[in-house]
Amino acid sequence: MGQNIIDVKNLSKSFDISSKEPGLKGTIKHFFRRQTKSLKVIKDISFEIKEGEIVGFLGANGAGKTTILKMLCGLIYPSEGSILVSGHLPFRRKENFLKNITLIMGQKQQLIWDLPPIESFYLNASIYDLDKFEAKKRIKKLSEMLEIDEELFIPVRKLSLGQRMKSELLAALIHEPNILFLDEPTLGLDINAQRNLRKFLQKYNKETNATICLTSHYMKDITSLCKRVICVHEGAISYDGKLNLLLKRLSPVKEILIVCRSEKDATKLESSGFTVKNKIKNEITIKIENNSITSSLKTILNNFDIEDLFINEPPIDEIIGKVLIKKDYDI
Amino acid sequence: MLEYRVEIALWAISGIIPFFMLNIWTNNNLNESINISDIMLSRYFLCAFFVRQFSVVWVVFSFEEDSLMGKVSPYLIQPLNPFFRYFAQHLAEQITRFPFALIIAFFFFIFNPESIWIPNLGILLLSIVSTFLSFLIQFLIQSIVACLCFWIEKASSIERLLFIPTLFLSGLLAPVVSFPAYVKSWIYLTPFPYLIDFPANLLSGNETNISGGLSMQILWIFLLLPLFKKIWSEGTKKYTAMGS
Repeated sequence: MGQNIIDVKNLSKSFDISSKEPGLKGTIKHFFRRQTKSLKVIKDISFEIKEGEIVGFLGANGAGKTTILKMLCGLIYPSEGSILVSGHLPFRRKENFLKNITLIMGQKQQLIWDLPPIESFYLNASIYDLDKFEAKKRIKKLSEMLEIDEELFIPVRKLSLGQRMKSELLAALIHEPNILFLDEPTLGLDINAQRNLRKFLQKYNKETNATICLTSHYMKDITSLCKRVICVHEGAISYDGKLNLLLKRLSPVKEILIVCRSEKDATKLESSGFTVKNKIKNEITIKIENNSITSSLKTILNNFDIEDLFINEPPIDEIIGKVLIKKDYDI
Repeated sequence: MLEYRVEIALWAISGIIPFFMLNIWTNNNLNESINISDIMLSRYFLCAFFVRQFSVVWVVFSFEEDSLMGKVSPYLIQPLNPFFRYFAQHLAEQITRFPFALIIAFFFFIFNPESIWIPNLGILLLSIVSTFLSFLIQFLIQSIVACLCFWIEKASSIERLLFIPTLFLSGLLAPVVSFPAYVKSWIYLTPFPYLIDFPANLLSGNETNISGGLSMQILWIFLLLPLFKKIWSEGTKKYTAMGS
């Protein structure tokens, strides 16, 4: 892993929000005396991201993940603190900085709706000062990676969501940025399209050593792409570290279903000191702590007549769900 | 594609206010009071129609919608000011309007054969330049108003206020020469008469100060451009990327 490419220190962002009571009375009151309040949506956060890293931002709706991404790519101005991305202050939006980054928002598109995607690709190529030959080469390469071909020549409005998303990615990557900000890139895609997109991002990261910052509510996106996650809770960072450590921390025990040769063996196992969740005839489910799983299984296999054995991983969505509602995770 | 062609045709037809005004002026012999012949007046309003066709601007509405819906976000992180996209859209639509404007002019000459004239090449080129400068002035004015979206969200309301002086002082409803002298002296200090009146007079062959008019158009562009840059730079700091 290379040096730091993103450096965030004591970053905060506040928005002025106005509120209105319902009904005619509320409307009149709002017209003459508009009440606004300042809402701090990002609270004094600091983190660093290394070149080539893929980092997932996790958090509930409104936690502040997208706002962080928007500040990192220079779309919105921070209220306090500092951000350095690839040595640039993002908000200045200098040409050298903008040519190095891209932002893809699952629910927003940059393709020209009434024209085929190829037209948008060539337009973007001109914006990023690519000559026609180079643009053609990159379009060919990326379309092969994304497995799109005929779709390039069909008006965007006639494409399926998956085809459109692939085209969006191509448009956003034609200038070969080395930092990708992805805000829910798989939103609304079917399982196959999601998997293909993840495969593409992995390949892109591997081939170009691009840094990827990603938000997603699909846990599969996070688990298959990100080794590191930053959990955001009410605008503050509640966890920043390895995903597997977080999972171990949140789920310290595993459930093991053991099928014994006889009910007698199951009863013997039940009284041998393990934490038993339930027992039905010759099947018994026990809970074992992650750090003693090897030794415990060894003991069981040596001392009991076992027919079969299943280790149940707790559902990842359930574990991550805990992150979204809890404030601090000390690892 | 049919709906797009119809939309462009309707846009072209919607700009026929000058022909209504011509009718009002000639039926009431109003032109006698300003010493313009019927023929010159009809040429003026035809030219006003043409200038309007190729200088009309709607960037405030496009930008307001894109800004409020968050559609402008992807363009903001590209190394090109998003207003260049709107500028290109306007130019593209002006080109597609051209055949429709010619058809309308053809019918105008069928009903007013005495108005047919061929401007000399020099005047025609200067008129094209002047119309383009008029378009630039209007584009800059509307872009400045559009940037108010960053503060007040509904910038198009301000544009509607600007539409009133544009309508009355630009020469769309009446040649500026028809205004009382003391009003005229003030009007010529504003950008409005250089939007329609000056290029239309130039193209139609009416008496006009060519160098003075072109200089004023350029002067207004030089005044408006830094103002736009400033308001854009301040406004983007306020951008909250709503809707995305």
